[in-house]
Amino acid sequence: MKNILKTLIIALIFTSPLNSAENKTKLLEPNWTFDGFFGKFDRASLQRGYQVYKEVCASCHSMSYLSYRNLGEKGGPEFTKQEVKAIASQYEIQDGPNQEGEMFMRPARPSDKFVNPYPNANAARVANGGAYPPDMSVLVKARKGGADYVYSVLMGYTEDVPEGISLEEGVYYNKYMIGNKIRMPKPINDGSVEYTDGTQATEEQISKDVVAFLTWAAEPHLEERKKTGFKAVVYLLILTILGFIIKKKIWLRIEPKV
Amino acid sequence: MSEYSDKKNEEFSPVHTNKVGGSPYTGVIGWIDNRLPIFRIFKHEYLDFQVPKTLNYFWSFGGILMICLIFLIITGLALGMHYKPSADEAFDSVEKIMRDVNFGWLIRYAHMNLASFFFIAVYLHIFRSLYYGSYKEPRQLMWLLGITIFFLMIATAFLGYTLPWGQMSYWGATVITNLFSAIPIVGEGIVTWLWGDYSVGDAALNRFYVLHWLIAFLIVGIVVFHVIALHIVGSNNPSGIEPKDTRDTVSFSPFTTSKDLVGMLVFILIFVAVMMFAPNYLGHPDNYIPANPMVTPAHIVPEWYFLPFYAILRAIPDKLMGVIAMVSSIAILGLLPWLDFSKVRSSVFRPIWKQCVFLFVLDFFLLMYVGAMPAEGIYLVLGRIGTIYWFAFFIILAPLVSMYEKPLPMPQSINEYMDWKKKGKIKTFNFTG
Amino acid sequence: MDKNNNNSKPTRRDFIYTLTATLGVLGAGASVWPIVSQMNPDSSVKALSTIEVDISKVEEGKEITVMWRGKPVFIKRRTEDEITKARNISLKELPHPENDKKRVIKDEWLVVVGICTHLGCVPINGKGEYGGWFCPCHGSHYDTSGRIRKGPAPTNLEVPKYKFVGEDKIIIG
Repeated sequence: MKNILKTLIIALIFTSPLNSAENKTKLLEPNWTFDGFFGKFDRASLQRGYQVYKEVCASCHSMSYLSYRNLGEKGGPEFTKQEVKAIASQYEIQDGPNQEGEMFMRPARPSDKFVNPYPNANAARVANGGAYPPDMSVLVKARKGGADYVYSVLMGYTEDVPEGISLEEGVYYNKYMIGNKIRMPKPINDGSVEYTDGTQATEEQISKDVVAFLTWAAEPHLEERKKTGFKAVVYLLILTILGFIIKKKIWLRIEPKV
Repeated sequence: MSEYSDKKNEEFSPVHTNKVGGSPYTGVIGWIDNRLPIFRIFKHEYLDFQVPKTLNYFWSFGGILMICLIFLIITGLALGMHYKPSADEAFDSVEKIMRDVNFGWLIRYAHMNLASFFFIAVYLHIFRSLYYGSYKEPRQLMWLLGITIFFLMIATAFLGYTLPWGQMSYWGATVITNLFSAIPIVGEGIVTWLWGDYSVGDAALNRFYVLHWLIAFLIVGIVVFHVIALHIVGSNNPSGIEPKDTRDTVSFSPFTTSKDLVGMLVFILIFVAVMMFAPNYLGHPDNYIPANPMVTPAHIVPEWYFLPFYAILRAIPDKLMGVIAMVSSIAILGLLPWLDFSKVRSSVFRPIWKQCVFLFVLDFFLLMYVGAMPAEGIYLVLGRIGTIYWFAFFIILAPLVSMYEKPLPMPQSINEYMDWKKKGKIKTFNFTG
Repeated sequence: MDKNNNNSKPTRRDFIYTLTATLGVLGAGASVWPIVSQMNPDSSVKALSTIEVDISKVEEGKEITVMWRGKPVFIKRRTEDEITKARNISLKELPHPENDKKRVIKDEWLVVVGICTHLGCVPINGKGEYGGWFCPCHGSHYDTSGRIRKGPAPTNLEVPKYKFVGEDKIIIG
């Protein structure tokens, strides 16, 4: 009987969705601070990550589900109120109509959504040789492998293209991208951004920071979830043990110990 | 008027018009109970109700499913207060729930994962019935009601999965509704009617939302029947022997309740751990990409709980036959009480049938695995083998084994069964705690 | 029950029941809270709680209505006459005594939430016996300071939190 149960368990693991792998290349797996049961974001890294997004990604990629106020919220980069206001006011958004019925431009406020680089998806496509730069708000959750995958793609550009792969104009080889072809030119190099907090702006560091930022953007309540989750699991463990003791006591009435 | 109605009353007056009284309670509760006997029914059915004392933890899943259903409805209600069933707003409103609504992330993750855990529990519940022969006389109707619930669950789970309007939602909806196009002549018409459009779109999403709710409450209705029927025929038990008197039984409370409580807590513990630490593990990343009618994802796979039936669909090369096979692979469960006519209920005493049931479980996992894989090469072969065994289990094995199998010697009563088990004369799951 | 041979001290057994029940109730309470809390305004609503209004084009004696938190806010540029009327009244005569000076930042500008404090209707400008507002639902009369003078409303029209930015802009909220 035990053998059968074992087989079932193995079968269950075997059929789990993670095992239906299509991408054979093993992804890079940096040590993310937000992994594991007690995972937390590194604030400084998130703040640097926002800088990378702003200076490198934002010219093509929208993040339309985020608002500037999110940057100051708990569990995120936690910029101060003043910093968030300053960040927002760098952008212009259309508002209106005013009392004369005209639309007008005004500086963004913390309550506004991130400004889109393009007016619509078609404009984005035309500006990028037919490839639509995906919205990055939930990108990390929308890719198998999550943060590891996005990080791997950022690090996966190589100069020498393996034999048998021919690249058209405007297409680049990427070791980790599904299908190995990507229309985005290598976005991050050593020194792509200049960090003000003294962190070495290596390619690796920049990629790590921006991926941490994107992970937070996709799952802004991650820290709260893990914290609550830990408490709930401990609570339920205690309650289950108590429940089991009570059950034993009650059943002793008809099943005296042998 | 009055003359007429007086005469009618005289002619048709029922024997009892007034049944007030008879409550075992006094005071306010007694006053209510005399007029609306809910307290006495509760006492009778949930406190004093007699249950075989051999029930193991497999019998917790009924209660667990009840809890899942209640939590699903509560979280669904909360989500429904924020969700917007329109093609333009659905994805955005789900993201708003995940980001801005107070505890929205928790409620949505709970609803999502509860759906999966509902299926885990229901599969274990069905396995329990298969293994211990709970579908046999006199419990056939319960079994049929259960299968009805399972069909409704499939429908509402599918509809619910379309609501976030991600890529998997959209293409899942397209593929599944297109199954109806396999019906000859009227198929295309039915599909268009289901969509209210010439493709899956705003109209379809809106009605899917309404039907998702409707079916959820239909399930509640059938569950009530399922439970009423249980309280008429009583619980089966691992020995498959009907209890003869109160020496074979315990009262529902506190014995069954305390045991169910442990089962429920363990289940909730696992559920909470998954929901809090791997909330998207059972989902598919593509559903975080907004629906795009112009691009189909590279691999569309249904949710894990549909995979075995999806594998059966793909195992048949013909479109119409595939759909028929898929639907009948579930419907055929309903014939089991008549296909398996062995007088012995529990597999504990049926050495051959027991092996068939275990193979059936392995087949279930095999098909699940095949369903997640591309329909080509070895997977196609495996899928076909799995499909053949699935149907053979019901149509060939059940009647044949019933006819030719020699059951093991059986104890006369539940007490004797327990005695034999203690002495090691019976080998079965040690799952009694 | 008849076979009850439990010899352990009842106090200890009672303790474990009480402990479990208490923990259970606490846990149930904690899991109900998210379901209740989700009905409160969400964080995007809370973030939208301020608006900026340009008041440079409002003429003397006129009023504009702007939307703030889904409610109308009346911004009235009062005439000398209206200000005097609002100030020349003894507080003792008012159902809800409030000094007009405390209800405005600049004498000329009155900013009030346009929701009748009785049952939430929107009062009409320039109607009523006191030159201010009149609520059509149940006949409450407000004066030129938005104070209740007659009718069922219990309190004066609410003055929202606001401030002037320069000469012709105010921020409400």
